[in-house]
Amino acid sequence: MNDATVHQEPSYLGAPYGLAAWLLTKDHKRIAILYLISITIFFAIGAGFAATIRAELVTPQGDLVTADLYNKLFTLHGVVMIFFFLIPSIPAVLGNFFIPIMIGAKDLAFPRINLLSWYIYVIGAVITLSVVISGGLDTGWTFYAPFSSISSNTDVTTAAVGVFITGFSSILTGFNFIVTVHRMRAPGMTWFRLPLFVWANYATSLIFILGTPVVAITVLLVAAERGLHLGIFDPRIGGDPVLFQHLFWFYSHPAVYIMILPGMGVISELVANVSRKQIFGYSFVAFSSIAIAIIGFLVWGHHMFVSSQSIYAGLVFSIITMLVAVPSAVKTFNWTATMYRGSITWDSPLFWVLGFMGLFLVGGLTGLFLGTMGLDVHLHDTYFVVAHFHYIMVGGGVTAFLGGLHFYWPKMTGRMYSEPLAKVSAMLVFFGFNLTFFPQFILGYMGMPRRYHAYPPEFQVLNVMSTGGAMVLGTGYFLILIYLLYSLFKGPKAPANPWGATGLEWQLQSPPITHNFHEIPVVTEEAYDYLHAPAPQLAIPASPREVTHE
Amino acid sequence: MSHQVPSIRMYVSVFLALLLFTATTVWVAGLDLGALNTPVALGIAITKGSLVILFFMGVRHNTPLTKTVAISGFLWLLILFSLGMNDYLTRGWLGIAGR
Ligand SMILES: [Cu+2]
Repeated sequence: MNDATVHQEPSYLGAPYGLAAWLLTKDHKRIAILYLISITIFFAIGAGFAATIRAELVTPQGDLVTADLYNKLFTLHGVVMIFFFLIPSIPAVLGNFFIPIMIGAKDLAFPRINLLSWYIYVIGAVITLSVVISGGLDTGWTFYAPFSSISSNTDVTTAAVGVFITGFSSILTGFNFIVTVHRMRAPGMTWFRLPLFVWANYATSLIFILGTPVVAITVLLVAAERGLHLGIFDPRIGGDPVLFQHLFWFYSHPAVYIMILPGMGVISELVANVSRKQIFGYSFVAFSSIAIAIIGFLVWGHHMFVSSQSIYAGLVFSIITMLVAVPSAVKTFNWTATMYRGSITWDSPLFWVLGFMGLFLVGGLTGLFLGTMGLDVHLHDTYFVVAHFHYIMVGGGVTAFLGGLHFYWPKMTGRMYSEPLAKVSAMLVFFGFNLTFFPQFILGYMGMPRRYHAYPPEFQVLNVMSTGGAMVLGTGYFLILIYLLYSLFKGPKAPANPWGATGLEWQLQSPPITHNFHEIPVVTEEAYDYLHAPAPQLAIPASPREVTHE
Repeated sequence: MSHQVPSIRMYVSVFLALLLFTATTVWVAGLDLGALNTPVALGIAITKGSLVILFFMGVRHNTPLTKTVAISGFLWLLILFSLGMNDYLTRGWLGIAGR
């Protein structure tokens, strides 16, 4: 065992070196790194917009930015964070890197298409962001018509084309994952031996393929109505604005699951590892991913209770919305049941797991408030909604992404980061997050509407708390960036299996060789067989040869 | 997974059938069938689409997985239409404008 760590073979990070070798790579692991770098850049851009928004909201007066600029800031914050950070985050980085390895394959089914989807993503993102110099975008990330299609004076057309193009990146990635999971599993890797991370990404891929085309066409229709005055959404020329909301949310509610399902997959891996136990109710957790993906397509009208949607339709959507809470609860209960009487290790992954569970729980339960028709009339378009979806997408999605990134960092880079710093930053993120967004629940409940740059003075205290929390949160994120980058250069070399985890990915050296496996492995164990897993080993033990070296 | 080799005769006859249905579409467009106008046009379109999917795209003699994929695509379109129409068709129920 130690022998393997001493005789390191050249990894995927070795030759061929150089920018061209990376930009033309067909290796799923290198493409994952390309995605990691790009989404980090977009996260920084989106965070910059958020910081400006929070700075404006320190005082009740609209004194830092104009109302128009404020509209553009929150729009681009949403567009960048959702389309260019959250949606690709876990699938395109951790999924790309680990799905082939976890199922015992040498790459995805279509390596060139995988590279193509990264290029499409970058091109789409650059086109969308070019609106910054061509007049901005002030429609909100939701592009609601007829404002977007008729009234807005900003560059909606370019942004719509950019989002349309980016959609193909999602579709191709989803298609690639689905074919890979169906066709490339190693001998013995049956469906019910798949790690739950693979199940979750498989379910996410279904949403990519079934939902993304709808939103792509919808934003294109907005562009068509702007440019060609087709009567699709504008009632004055025979269109229906509520049709836009139907089409948009048909994708965009499932898109929430695109952002959270892969995170649930990551948490399943981490929970089993920190508890050193088989996941409680494996098949329930696996099928709840599929159930969430499917039921997620039946609830979109809960975003439209106060549009002119019929009361009856609202009722139906409200009831189905309550149903989608069931598979999410199945997962949460099964994770806690997994931890029950597990032998919990206080390594840094546990901190992310607990953070995720707490934040996702609050986010999920407040979603039920909003799915209740009568209450939603009061809470619609207030800060309550803003707080709710940040708890899901940032508290859930980003925490899970960071947890996964920390868990798999040694495998991806071959370096260990500082454990104490990781724990500190996990706690900073948790407390900073709550301080930022919990006051927003109260603000929304008291009636502060979202998307305004000025507000009545009685809301100031809670807004200052929120901005203070954002600074703590930002510090936490920044700290992570610093010590992870530092670990690349100065971090100790990572052993093959620092967390003592199960799964094929931990049997490879860190970082893996270009083709992952010399020979396709034969799988004989169930997933999460922690009874037979090696003990955690956070550092490479000093080898006898080094000790005796003259 | 028995892949039957599609014959040229099959392709030609399906192609002729599609031409026939296209001619029918044009012919029906000139007739006023009252309430049946839309159902008839949609019926012809669905038949033509099915012919293309089953024979030209080879779904008919493909694996159950491929069939599932093809069918679920339509199922999802049906979800969009049915839950969407669930709104449009019930707006007048309460007798309040817009509800
Ligand atoms: Cu929703």
